[in-house]
Amino acid sequence: MLAWFAAHSKLIDQIGINALLALSLSISLRSGQLALAQAAFMGIAAYVGAIGAVEAHWNLPLSLVIGSLCAAIAAALLALPLGRLRGVFLAIATIGFGEIARIVEINVKATGGAEGYANIPNDANTAWIYGTLGITGALILIFERSRAALAIAATREDESAARGVGIDVTAVRFGALVAGAALAGCAGVLYAHANYFITPSDFGFARMEQILVGCVIGGVTSSLGAVIGAAVMTILPESVRFLADYREVSTGAILLAIVLFAPDGIAGLWQRRA
Amino acid sequence: MLAQQLANGLFLGAVYALFAIGYTLVFGVLDILNLAHAAIFMATAFAAIALVGAGLPLALAIAIAVVFAGLLGIALDRVAFAPLRARNAGTLVPLISSIGVAIAIGGVARGLFGPGEHRFPSGTLGPLGEGRIHLGALAFSGLDIVILGVALALMGTLAYVMRATSLGRAIRAVAEDRVAAALLGLDLERTIALTFFIASALGGAAGILIGLQYDSVSLEMGSRIELKGLAIVILGGMGSITGAVIGAFILGAVEVLSVAYITSSYRDAVAFGVMFAILVLRPSGLLGKRALRTA
Repeated sequence: MLAWFAAHSKLIDQIGINALLALSLSISLRSGQLALAQAAFMGIAAYVGAIGAVEAHWNLPLSLVIGSLCAAIAAALLALPLGRLRGVFLAIATIGFGEIARIVEINVKATGGAEGYANIPNDANTAWIYGTLGITGALILIFERSRAALAIAATREDESAARGVGIDVTAVRFGALVAGAALAGCAGVLYAHANYFITPSDFGFARMEQILVGCVIGGVTSSLGAVIGAAVMTILPESVRFLADYREVSTGAILLAIVLFAPDGIAGLWQRRA
Repeated sequence: MLAQQLANGLFLGAVYALFAIGYTLVFGVLDILNLAHAAIFMATAFAAIALVGAGLPLALAIAIAVVFAGLLGIALDRVAFAPLRARNAGTLVPLISSIGVAIAIGGVARGLFGPGEHRFPSGTLGPLGEGRIHLGALAFSGLDIVILGVALALMGTLAYVMRATSLGRAIRAVAEDRVAAALLGLDLERTIALTFFIASALGGAAGILIGLQYDSVSLEMGSRIELKGLAIVILGGMGSITGAVIGAFILGAVEVLSVAYITSSYRDAVAFGVMFAILVLRPSGLLGKRALRTA
């Protein structure tokens, strides 16, 4: 058991971080916002946390707090101009924001540019990652029983109706985006501190696609689903290594199969039976 | 110098336009974002290389590869979009299924051709690859002229199809109101399939032309143009073909000029900055969605 754990610890850490990212996206998706800047928020926090740790010797908790705070501030500043965008337009605007963030990371001196930023203390171990995931899960479970969770669901299902019953839709959307960004920030700091080394392309559109796919195949409105989806999307490419160069084909095909045959994601499989 | 830069921007813009039209056409008709478009762009360039490598003359190879791209587009619709359309799945789910197809296409290309930069066999271009054509102070290669010519001819053909043929009328009708078009007896699925054929064929043609222009085809070429295509479509107005063409030429010029006069490192940020500003200030773009309906 211990040997198995040691052999797969990298993968296990990766699953935890991807699960945090999927949860962070599901928070904004639950409020009906197709906002695809999670990878950018992750990157902002990763760089802030990593630079703080290397230059100013922050410990991991301090990196986590300041990193995710910066991600939340970025989200708040982004939410203001984008407040009136919906659907695909919001998606494209947030993708654009992500690209701008990545290009800035490539060109600014402080980040080490395209070659990446190295020597990050490697102190985010499995306990830190799964501790963060556990706390996040508990907070989400508590939150799901609150009135605010109903306001989020109402905003997603029908904005006008939600407004009609007195829900401050703008505040709900703003809050969901900022909370999701803060969580993505935590994941970003953990990612940086679990890898020694980060580059701007770690936080590009490919990462965003990976987060989105994990979240959606799990089931958008289920936290457990998002975690399972992230785990599946992390393990799948590893488990079909025998397909060598063709292994992406199976990833694409399974993704497609889940979208087509399990419309509510993996979580929908047990939710429907229940 | 400025004139030469603008001319370079024109060549770049023409290819961008072909690519972006594919996005905007599908969005205009179906209101979905097709994230497999860039994968087809890349796959078609590889198909052209393989066909030229098999000994076909370039023009014939391009023609076959473009038809292949169109058929790939129809297959994409049947696999990733048609089943979701049947159950009114909204905008998020088709986005995901198109990512699935994009990953699968990328996997096939990686398996068949492998990573790294691939080139057309030397001598593919024949006389086009040699010498420069001088026009006053401007200088082009013969290839530049051919690329611009092919791109403009394809756009002209599309404009003709959209305005003057029953297929164009059908596409515009479906874009206007899918239910009403079906009630009036239009074959919805056939129209959508042909829309995908056209969109993907144009995107594939763009892939071949870019591959020839830079003499480089790679698995990553799709992701390099994908988000630029989105920026163009937003700039021009989602769903507007004319807008996409105008947006593409603007972006081509801005890119070339920012490399020449400002700095190359922020070249791509300019595109996304413009896109961001347009979304905030005028989400309908230069020409709103109506333009596809009235094209």
